[in-house]
Amino acid sequence: MQVFPFLVVAWIVIVGLYGVITSRDLIHQIVCLIVVQSSTYVLLLGVGYVTGGAAPYLFDISAHAKTVDPVVQALALTDVVVEAAVTALLLSFAVQAHKRFGTLDPHELVSLKG
Amino acid sequence: MDVLQVTVLVLVAAGALLVVRTRDRFRLVLVLSVYGMLLAILFFVFQAPDVTLSELTVGAIALPLILLLTIAKVRKPE
Amino acid sequence: MTPRQRLWLFALGAAGLVACYLWAFAGLPGFGNYPGPYGPAIMSRVIAQTNATGAVSAINFEYRGFDTVGEEFILFTAAAGMSVVLRRLRGEREGQSSPAPEAASRERPATSSSVRVVSLLLVGPTAVIGWWLATHAQTNPSGGFQGGVILATAFFLVYLSGEFIVFRRLRPDAVLDVAEAVGAGGFAAVGVTALALSLPYLYNYLPLGTIPGAVSSSGTIALISFLVGIEVAAAFVLIIGELLDQTLLRRGVHGEGSS
Repeated sequence: MQVFPFLVVAWIVIVGLYGVITSRDLIHQIVCLIVVQSSTYVLLLGVGYVTGGAAPYLFDISAHAKTVDPVVQALALTDVVVEAAVTALLLSFAVQAHKRFGTLDPHELVSLKG
Repeated sequence: MDVLQVTVLVLVAAGALLVVRTRDRFRLVLVLSVYGMLLAILFFVFQAPDVTLSELTVGAIALPLILLLTIAKVRKPE
Repeated sequence: MTPRQRLWLFALGAAGLVACYLWAFAGLPGFGNYPGPYGPAIMSRVIAQTNATGAVSAINFEYRGFDTVGEEFILFTAAAGMSVVLRRLRGEREGQSSPAPEAASRERPATSSSVRVVSLLLVGPTAVIGWWLATHAQTNPSGGFQGGVILATAFFLVYLSGEFIVFRRLRPDAVLDVAEAVGAGGFAAVGVTALALSLPYLYNYLPLGTIPGAVSSSGTIALISFLVGIEVAAAFVLIIGELLDQTLLRRGVHGEGSS
């Protein structure tokens, strides 16, 4: 039981990669990339967790109480918002691909045309 | 590790599988939103309210919104 | 290579990846046994050093402020990149796309009045909540990033409750570009001002206040969080606006949204 969250992380990565490889739709591929990225958030928070720890906000607990690690939470926080913007950029590439080639099937978008 | 954390972790793993196995585009948007909410609950149970807020606003609302707009754009006119 | 061969190759690679993951996780100290000195060290010093009770925001905007500058510029670049990628190509003029005649003749269901009324009622509270979150980073679980996204959602509610034309008038592109630049540049400028005062980059040089956790305490953390909130809101409104504009362009029917 000590290692169960990390097993879930590995499972999410494998499932997401399987989705990317067997996908026939560019939009579905991008959503599977989102799933792979969400595994990193679970990993970050799983590493910093302290059993019996409180949330790291100090207005009603003393500074020496047991809290979970705040550093990994700060990393995951900015990561979540930035991921959405980068995914939007990827989706705009998909829109342009549809405009140029008329299809969103990755098996047909094989060669890069100028 | 208590029962609540194990349950939510199992739900998140099942949600990831469900997102990958959904092929229809519109259904994908809704399933992604549910997956974002499940992740937000997981972060809350891991004592991280800040990350919960972020994931809820972005992963359950803004990201499916952007996805929906893109799908509407590449839809073939019937 | 046929799909089945590709799947077998993936299975091989995935087995190797899982083996590496398991080997790595076996070396971790187990779930719930975080041993590291960094967390407790920060928690015991954060009020004395910054007068902020929200440790996560203090880390984001002061202890590790340099990382946040980098992340904010990723956001800035993604929004700018979307404007570039979705630009109007040569030969594609508004109203000239071929689905225009069919789109004009297609019946679109009008937005139901309950949707319009509810979104109109929610615009004010959403904007207030977003603003409150963006300016209270040092006390609550809040911060510039979350507040900015909620502010952008308030803008989109305006689109839902009305016509696309009203949304367009409410988001003049010049104002949004200026807002995003002010947000991103302001953050960098706060850091550079510290350099001008011969302190390290992004040092907390504003007065720290007396009550830990009050809104006016914690120096530059509150200011940076406010600027980040503006920048994130502008970036998200730009992103959504780009996609909505594109739909208008392709359908070629002026004055109708993408519903």
